[in-house]
Amino acid sequence: MARAVTNQRKATNTLFAWAIGLLIFFPILWTILTSFKTEAQAINDPPIFFFFDWTLENYAAVMERSDYAKFLWNSIIIAVGSTILGVIIAVPAAWSMAFVPSKRTKDILLWMLSTKMLPAVGVLYPIYLIFIGLGILDSRLGLVVVLMLINLPIIVWMLYTYFKEIPVDILEAARMDGASLRDEIIHVLTPMAIPGIASTVLLNIILAWNEAFWTLNLTAAKAAPLTAFIASYSSPEGLFFAKLSAASTMAIAPILIMGWFSQKQLVRGLTFGAVK
Amino acid sequence: MATQHSRSAARLMMAPAVVLLLGWMLVPLIMTVFFSFKKYLPLRGDKLSDGLEWVGFLNYERFISSGSFWPSVQTTLVIVVSVLVITVTLGILLALLLDQPMWGQGVVRILVIAPFFVMPTVSALVWKNMFMDPINGILAHLWMFFGAEPVLWLSQASVPSIILIVSWQWLPFATLILLTAIQSLDGEQLEASEMDGAPKLKRFWHIVLPHLSRAITIVILIQTIFILSIFAEIFVTTGGAFGTKTLTYLIFQRVLDSQNVGLGSAGGVYAIILANIVAIFLMRIVGKNLDN
Amino acid sequence: MNLKNTLCAAVAASFLTAGVASAENLTIATVNNGDMIRMQGMTEDFTKKTGHTVEWVTLEENVLRQRVTTDITTKGGAFDIMTIGMYETPIWGKNGWLVPLNDLSEGYNAADILPAMAGGLSHEGTLFAAPFYGESSMIMYRKDLFEKAGITMPKSPSWSHIARAARKMTNRETGVNGICLRGKAGWGEGGAFITAMSNSFGARWFDDKWNAQFDTREWSDTLNFFKNMMDDAGPAGYATNGFNENLSLFQQGKCGMWIDATVAASFVTNPKDSTVADKVGFALAPDNGMGRRSNWLWAWALAIPAGTKKEAAAKQFIEWATSNGYIELVAAKEGWANVPPGARTSLYENPNYKDIPFAKMTLESILSADPNNSTVEPSPYVGVQFAAIPEFAGIATEVSQEFSAAYAGKQSIAAALQKAQTITNDAMEAAGYK
Repeated sequence: MARAVTNQRKATNTLFAWAIGLLIFFPILWTILTSFKTEAQAINDPPIFFFFDWTLENYAAVMERSDYAKFLWNSIIIAVGSTILGVIIAVPAAWSMAFVPSKRTKDILLWMLSTKMLPAVGVLYPIYLIFIGLGILDSRLGLVVVLMLINLPIIVWMLYTYFKEIPVDILEAARMDGASLRDEIIHVLTPMAIPGIASTVLLNIILAWNEAFWTLNLTAAKAAPLTAFIASYSSPEGLFFAKLSAASTMAIAPILIMGWFSQKQLVRGLTFGAVK
Repeated sequence: MATQHSRSAARLMMAPAVVLLLGWMLVPLIMTVFFSFKKYLPLRGDKLSDGLEWVGFLNYERFISSGSFWPSVQTTLVIVVSVLVITVTLGILLALLLDQPMWGQGVVRILVIAPFFVMPTVSALVWKNMFMDPINGILAHLWMFFGAEPVLWLSQASVPSIILIVSWQWLPFATLILLTAIQSLDGEQLEASEMDGAPKLKRFWHIVLPHLSRAITIVILIQTIFILSIFAEIFVTTGGAFGTKTLTYLIFQRVLDSQNVGLGSAGGVYAIILANIVAIFLMRIVGKNLDN
Repeated sequence: MNLKNTLCAAVAASFLTAGVASAENLTIATVNNGDMIRMQGMTEDFTKKTGHTVEWVTLEENVLRQRVTTDITTKGGAFDIMTIGMYETPIWGKNGWLVPLNDLSEGYNAADILPAMAGGLSHEGTLFAAPFYGESSMIMYRKDLFEKAGITMPKSPSWSHIARAARKMTNRETGVNGICLRGKAGWGEGGAFITAMSNSFGARWFDDKWNAQFDTREWSDTLNFFKNMMDDAGPAGYATNGFNENLSLFQQGKCGMWIDATVAASFVTNPKDSTVADKVGFALAPDNGMGRRSNWLWAWALAIPAGTKKEAAAKQFIEWATSNGYIELVAAKEGWANVPPGARTSLYENPNYKDIPFAKMTLESILSADPNNSTVEPSPYVGVQFAAIPEFAGIATEVSQEFSAAYAGKQSIAAALQKAQTITNDAMEAAGYK
C-alpha cells in the first residue's frame, strides 16, 4: 500500500481501533484479573480493577485439586489428533472437488455441511451405546474420531475454497511434464496449499478445543479434556468466581497463546473471500 | 478437460470423506428416526435389548402439540437471524477499521479475535455473573454510575442478552474472515475510484461490498450451523426460562431432563427439518455467491 | 432375584473378610461442592488403608446428573461409584441398577445413619446409597438488622411474620433486601424452593390419582405470597437468582434473611468470605399453621452401579467415606465446623460438635422434614421438594421455567399455573399414569 497516510489519521485509527479492541477483549481481561483476587474481592462492591491484593492462591488451589496437566494433555491430543486425521481424509476429497468438479460437487459439499445440523443431544443414547459396544468409552481414540467427524465438513470446505484459488495452469503444466496424480498432489499442490492447510488446521483446533458436548458426555476419568476440567469448577455450592476465573484462564491460555503466535498464519490462509 | 482416469481417481479420493460422513450422518439419523416411533423411557426401564414398543406418530404429535414447540422455533430463528445481522454488520465495520494503517495492528487484531478462543460455558458464566448480574455485575455498576436503574438483563431482556453473548463469541470469526477478504481487495481498483472522486459511501457500496459477498456467504453459512445448536449460553444463563428456549434446548430437556428418548428423537427430526428449511432458504439468498 | 442378592452379598462379604483381595483402581463420579472436594484431598488415607487407588471425575451438579444417568441407563460401566441424590436413589434402586448396601460391615454401624436420610435413600427398606452428607433448609438471618428494625425472630416463625420482617428491613437506599430466595428456573433451584414452600401452604403436586394440582387455591396462594413478598422486599432480578447468587448477596450484607440449604450456614459464618460472619442467626423454615414447614430434605450419597466388577473395593470405599472415622479424620485436619453434616446421629451427640452455632438448627430442620408425609393433603409420592418418580425432573424443570417467567412479570401467576397444569398433566399422560 503506497498510499500516503497522515500521522493524524493513523493516530485516530489507532485510538479508535484500540478502544474497540479493548472493549471486545474486556470480558477476558476481567476474567484474568479476577483470577488473581480472593473470592471476597471477586464479588466486591464496587468492583475493584487493579488495586487489590494480587494473589496466586486460586491457581494454587486449582493445581492442588485437579491434575491440570492430564486435562491439558488430553485436550491437546484430541484437538490436534482429530484435526490431523480430518485433514488427511479431507485433502483428497477437497482436491477432487476443486479440480475435477462434477455437477454434483456443490450438492455434496452442502450436504456435508448439513450433516452438522443434526442436534447432537438427540443421538446421545445411540452414540453412547455404540461407544460401549466398541469399548471406546472414555478413550482419546473415540473422541478423536468423533471430533474429526464433527469438523470434517468444515475442513473439507475450507480446503476446497483454498484449492480453488490455485491456478489450474500450474497443475496442467506439471501434468504435461509427466507428473503422476500422486506427484501432482504431493509435490505441486501441497506446497502451494500450505498456508490454507495451516489456517484450516488452526481453526479446527480451536473448534475441537471448545467442543463441550461430546467431550463431556463420552469421557470419565481417563480421556477428559479441559472442558471437563471447567465443568468441575463452574457453580459449586459456595463462592467460586476467583477459582473459576483461574481455571478458565488456564483452560483458554494455551489456545490463546497458540492464536497469538499463529494469527498471521491464520489470517493468511483464510482465503474464503478472495476473488480472483 | 478432466480425463476419465482422473475422474474416477477423483471419486476414489472423495470416497473416504463421503463414506465416513455418510456413516456419521446415517447411523444416528436412522437411529433417531427409529426411536422417534418408539416409546423409549430409559428411567422406566425401557431397554434397546428388550425391544421397544412401537407408538406410531404419537411422539411427533406430542412434541408439536406441546405449548413450548412453536415459541421455541420462533426463538431459534430470532436468535440466529439477529446474531447473523449483528456479527456481519459489525464484522464489516471492524474489518474496515482493522484494515486501516495504525500502530499495533497485530495486537488489536488478537484482542478482537480472542473471544473466539473462549469455551461457550466459560463465556456464559462470565457474562451472567460478572456482567449482567443486576446487583454485582459490571453493567449494573455502569448504569448506576450514570444514575440509571440497572437493567435486569437476563429476565427482562432475556433474548437480547443471549444474542449479545453469542454475538460476542462469533463476531471475531466474522471479522477475521471479512478482514482477509478486504485485504485481498485490489488496492489499485480502490485508488482509481478514489481519484474519480467517488464518495466513500458509494465506493463502499459499489466496490467493497460486492467484493465481500462471498465472504459474507461463508460467514452466514458456518455461523448458522453453529448458532442453531447453541446450548451452554442458554443453559447457564436463563435455564430456558423467559422465552429463551430454542428447539435444541427443548430437545435437550426432553431427552436428558425428562429422559424421554422417543419424544426427544421426534424433536430431533423436526430440528433436522427446520435446519434444512433454513439451509434451503439460505441457499436461495446467498447460494449463487458460491458458484464462482 | 432374592437368591441372586443373597449370593452377591455372600460373595461380597467373603471378599471383605478376606481383606484386600487385590488392589483396584476405582473411578468415582462426584459433584464439585466443598465437602466432596475435601474428600478428594483425603483419598490418600483410603489408599493407605486398603491399597486401592481412586480416580475422580468431578463435575458440576447438572452435568454430573446427566452424565451418570446416561451411563446407568445404558449400563455403560464408566464409573464404579456414583454420587447421586435423594431423588435418583429410590428410582434407580427400584430398577435394580444399584448394588444394595444392606450388608455393610458391623463396624460401619449403618444404624447410626439418620433415619430421615436412610429412608430417603432406600427403596422398600433396602438402602441403595450411603449418605455422605445431608441437608435441610432453614432461615439464616441478620441479627443486627432485626435488632435495628425492632423485630424479633422466633425459633419457628410463620410466613406472615417473615413477610412483615422482610418488608420492614428492606432499605433500597442502602441496598438491603429484606429477604433473598431462589427464583431461578430448574427443578433443583427455584423449583425445589417453591415446592418445599408450597407444602406449608397446603399445596401438593399430585392428588392420589396423579392429577396435577396447579389449579388449586393453595398453589395460587403460594405463588402470590412469594411474588408479592419478593417484589416488595427481594433483590432486583430475583427471578434469575439461585443458591450461589443469593449466597454472594448474603455474604455481602445485602440480605436481611435467606432461606436455603443448611450447608450454607458454614459459608455465611466463615469470616474469610463473609462480611457478616458474626451477625448471623438461624431459625426453622417458616410454616403457615397447617402442620408442615417449608424446609426440604436432601442428601448427596454414594452408590455402586450394578454390574461393576469392583464391587468389593467400591463398598470398602463407601464404608470409608461415610464412616465416623472419616468425620474424625476431617475434624482432626480441618476442624469440626468442616465435617460433612447431616448424615449420622452420633455426630449430633458428639460434644465437640455441639459448639458449632448451626449444628442444632441443622439437626432440627432435618428431623422436621418427612419425605413420606410431606404434604398436608395426602399425596401419592415420596419426597419433600420433589416427587421421586422418573418424570419429575423434566416436568418440574419446565414448570419452574413458567414460574420464573411469572416472577419476572413476563406473565401472570394465573397464566403460569395454567401452563404448569397442562405441562404436568400432558407429561403424566405420556408416561402412562392415566
